[in-house]
Amino acid sequence: MEQTITSFFEKSFVMKSVLVDAVMETLTMSLVSTFLATFIGFMLAIVLIITDKNGISPNRYTYKFLDVTINMLRSFPFIILIIVLFPVTKFLVGKHTGTFAMIVPLTIGTAPFIARMIEGAFKEVDKSVVEAAQSFGTNKFQIIFRVLLPEAYPSIISAITLSLIIIVGFSAMAGTVGGGGLGAVAMNYGYYRFDALYIFWTVFILIVLVQIFQSLGDILYKIVKH
Amino acid sequence: MIEIKNLSKYFNDQKVLDDISLHVNAGEIFAIVGHSGAGKSTLLRCINGLERFSDGDLMVLNKEVKTLNERGLNELRSQIGMIFQNFSLLNQKNVYENIALPMRVWGYSTEAIQKRVDELLSLVGLEAKKFVYPKELSGGQKQRVAIARALTLNPKILLSDEATSALDPNTTQSILELLQEINIKLGVTIIIVTHEMDVVKKVASRALLLEDGKVIGLGRIEDLFLRPDETMMRFLGEDEELPTEGVNIRLFFPHTISYQPIVTQMARELDMNFTIVWGKLEKLNDHVVGSLVINMDEQTSGRITDYLHEKTEVIWEVL
Repeated sequence: MEQTITSFFEKSFVMKSVLVDAVMETLTMSLVSTFLATFIGFMLAIVLIITDKNGISPNRYTYKFLDVTINMLRSFPFIILIIVLFPVTKFLVGKHTGTFAMIVPLTIGTAPFIARMIEGAFKEVDKSVVEAAQSFGTNKFQIIFRVLLPEAYPSIISAITLSLIIIVGFSAMAGTVGGGGLGAVAMNYGYYRFDALYIFWTVFILIVLVQIFQSLGDILYKIVKH
Repeated sequence: MIEIKNLSKYFNDQKVLDDISLHVNAGEIFAIVGHSGAGKSTLLRCINGLERFSDGDLMVLNKEVKTLNERGLNELRSQIGMIFQNFSLLNQKNVYENIALPMRVWGYSTEAIQKRVDELLSLVGLEAKKFVYPKELSGGQKQRVAIARALTLNPKILLSDEATSALDPNTTQSILELLQEINIKLGVTIIIVTHEMDVVKKVASRALLLEDGKVIGLGRIEDLFLRPDETMMRFLGEDEELPTEGVNIRLFFPHTISYQPIVTQMARELDMNFTIVWGKLEKLNDHVVGSLVINMDEQTSGRITDYLHEKTEVIWEVL
């Protein structure tokens, strides 16, 4: 009896430290990847909106190239993308497993998604507002940064929130092919060792994380939206 | 101020503007009138280069619009304000920032911007709404903000694209009064595009009527509305029922004599009878003007035309 209790506490102690480490890894992966993917996605969205056929300086080839590339990256099942990107990851980080290594496929996998959503947010801006800005002599560059960006800002916040949540999910998936974080814990302790308690806690923590991110995103949206 | 010569525009082989020529004088309020799809908004957008045209010439403020490069066009646009049917304000910016935007774009100092925005807010009567966001404003207030924004850079010309079409009648009146005030006080030439005849009658001194991209009428609004020709009558959807017997004479009373008892005086002095068979009074630019059709037999018509010619300032025509 005494032994059972001791082992139970030992086990919970181990589990706690495993989970805390895993949460930190998941957060690191998700937040860093979201930051990088947003940065890259934003750049891509700007190029898309400029080269679009109704854009500021239409360029069919550039647009088409980006369009096809983005669609291609988006159609990869994420787990396959991680494996396909192993050489790239190894080149950039020096190895293709571990928390930091997973930032590479997470960023490359979600940047196109963010690019599309930011492009959509720009396109949602009322055309007549752009026309009004042109009517007092606003140049093309200023149209993007003084009109489109401020008007699309709340939608971009929503897009980033959504991306962060998707990245949390993806990062859990990354855990199964050598990444760290909650996914790896669920896989190694829960799946291979049949420990239901680990499965329970990882799922529970992921639900809580997603809820927190969504609520923070909603609050931020309400603050910036007029 | 604006000189348009034989302007045409094609859109996919379809002629949307067909050989339009017109001249807008400095300081006037000029209306471009037409039903929807007539091409009036397209014509208006040619003036500030938001639309390109295919043939013809368009001189604005002594510049040929079609020869301007992007930089030149933007400089011209800074001298032409524009307001829209749906106000086109930035929803994410407050009233102050919306009005300040043109000056920010053109790189003015913060002090200059603050001073100008305050002036404009008092001109349009929205001092109390300085830091309010557009969604908290009524339609009329939004249009006032848009007018202030259009005036920020002290333009010489203001283009109005159906600016009152989304507003209720009372608000429309107050916006039109504001435009008149801007026209008189600031000397801004205003070009109004509208499908509402009441708007034209109230503020415009001259008008261009467009139908399917073609000019079907151009002139002073007194002439257009009180002595309409056949196309104009069809355009206005008016229809006169006149007697087929005897002679019909249309009398036209300009606003200078519209309160004189000319008809009854004529009847008494000539000691004759005639029938009033058609007539209308119109309020144009805040003046009352009228037209009347009288009918008489052929023998007496000569005495009446002589009387009208010699004793009155009435403009008349035998129909």
